Amino acid sequence: MGAPPAPALGQVKAQRFDYLWLALGFLALWQGLFALSGPEALASPAATLARALRYLQTPQFWVHVHSTGTAFVYACVVALLGGLALGLWLGFRRFAGEVADPILGSLYSIPKITLYPVILLIFGLGVSAKVAFGAIHGLFPVAIFAMNGVRKVAPIYLKTAHVMGLSPWATVKTVLIPAAMPEIVTGLRIGFSSTLLGTLIGELFASNAGIGFILIRAMEAHNVPDIMALTMLLFTFAATANGLLLLLERRVRHGLPSGR
Amino acid sequence: MSRVAVTRIALVLAAVATIEGLCRIGVIDRFTMIPPSEMVVALARLLTDVKINADIVFTLRNIAVAIVLSVVGGFAVGVLLHAVPRLRAVLDPLFSAYYSVPTFVFYPLLIVVFGVGPTSLIVMGAMFGIVAMIVNTLIGLDRIPRVLGKVARVMRLDPWRSVLLVRLPAATPHLVTGIKLAVAYSVIGVVAGEFILATAGIGRRISFAYNDFDNRTMYGMLLFILTMVVIVNSLLHEWERRLHRRWGK
Repeated sequence: MGAPPAPALGQVKAQRFDYLWLALGFLALWQGLFALSGPEALASPAATLARALRYLQTPQFWVHVHSTGTAFVYACVVALLGGLALGLWLGFRRFAGEVADPILGSLYSIPKITLYPVILLIFGLGVSAKVAFGAIHGLFPVAIFAMNGVRKVAPIYLKTAHVMGLSPWATVKTVLIPAAMPEIVTGLRIGFSSTLLGTLIGELFASNAGIGFILIRAMEAHNVPDIMALTMLLFTFAATANGLLLLLERRVRHGLPSGR
Repeated sequence: MSRVAVTRIALVLAAVATIEGLCRIGVIDRFTMIPPSEMVVALARLLTDVKINADIVFTLRNIAVAIVLSVVGGFAVGVLLHAVPRLRAVLDPLFSAYYSVPTFVFYPLLIVVFGVGPTSLIVMGAMFGIVAMIVNTLIGLDRIPRVLGKVARVMRLDPWRSVLLVRLPAATPHLVTGIKLAVAYSVIGVVAGEFILATAGIGRRISFAYNDFDNRTMYGMLLFILTMVVIVNSLLHEWERRLHRRWGK
């Protein structure tokens, strides 16, 4: 359920120094809260950064990163490819799409976190539970966006394809998919984020290795600097990945309509 | 009823019947899942249990407060940010990455600050829901057609009336989308908090039952919360669809 892409801001762009001010303001706020609440509740910015840097230097940390990464890649393959296949098919078959639309919407909106006991009972502790958890988070947004993308293709394109005597497969490949591309890319971006979130949640509740696992261990031990350092690292990674995908998305949207 | 609706209902019933069958003949063992019919029976029994009802009331109340906080707060922040585009441009990437990080890692910190109890859960739910509301408020305000502002001026509406009679109604479809998402996220926040650590609530009841191998209670409660979410969500979705159609997207 990621945020839809912000519409063009047009007039106002952030200036270079604005980010600096934001960072400074954020640090000041953080430091202030720290001074107010004390080290029991929060770690200071400096301590958090130091802890994060120390994490990056320990080999053990990279073992956990690898574990999370592996599960995430598998979950992405299932969610993105599966979602795309399902969404495209439902988009082409109007009747099937109309039947499935509200079902997909409901599956997308249910709080999947409540399903964690079920996933655990089915898959047991370990990689498969993490992958399953990541995949059920990412699959539905990808499918929904792909389906809507194909549905919204202007009928005139299809008529043109028909007039030109394209075979069904050529129509799909050269007309439908390129025309639906912007929606598909948005879906893939949101699916990517959701899958990452799902994989991490899976690790919080259902694993013995990975970033989510060391996070829950830090939570149980009430190790505040560890919690905050890990959160910072995760947020940095997620924000960077999301930013890159947004960039890609804008490029695809501007690249259209191609002269085919 | 249309052919689409009939097919849809048939599809859902067939899926449930398949699971029921697989459970009955033992392909899915009882420790993994109980047959759907037994889930319904279990839920019916749970609803007559006073202690369970207290848990349900506890969770629903927390969710309701979290929803109100995130909708009101998100709207206020959205309006504020809309007035300061530079700040908004800076914060935008933050908002779009917000939902790819498991926010409830902050839950233990909330417990330290607010203690184990409803306040931590409410803050958790509100933290989850507020960003969706902020983002959709911004989108709604962005998409108010410029011509409407001109019409308001031609009609000589005072600023108050122009907001109340023109701008707010024009932004309503997106505000409703925001409310819908804020509701969904508040539920996730509160229930996730209860899973991790709480003194009462549906989430705690489910994780307790899971640890106890008490599949009847677990699936009964799961059925309750999922049914509730699906119903509320489809109602909001229908409202949203009508508004979007009336306002022509």
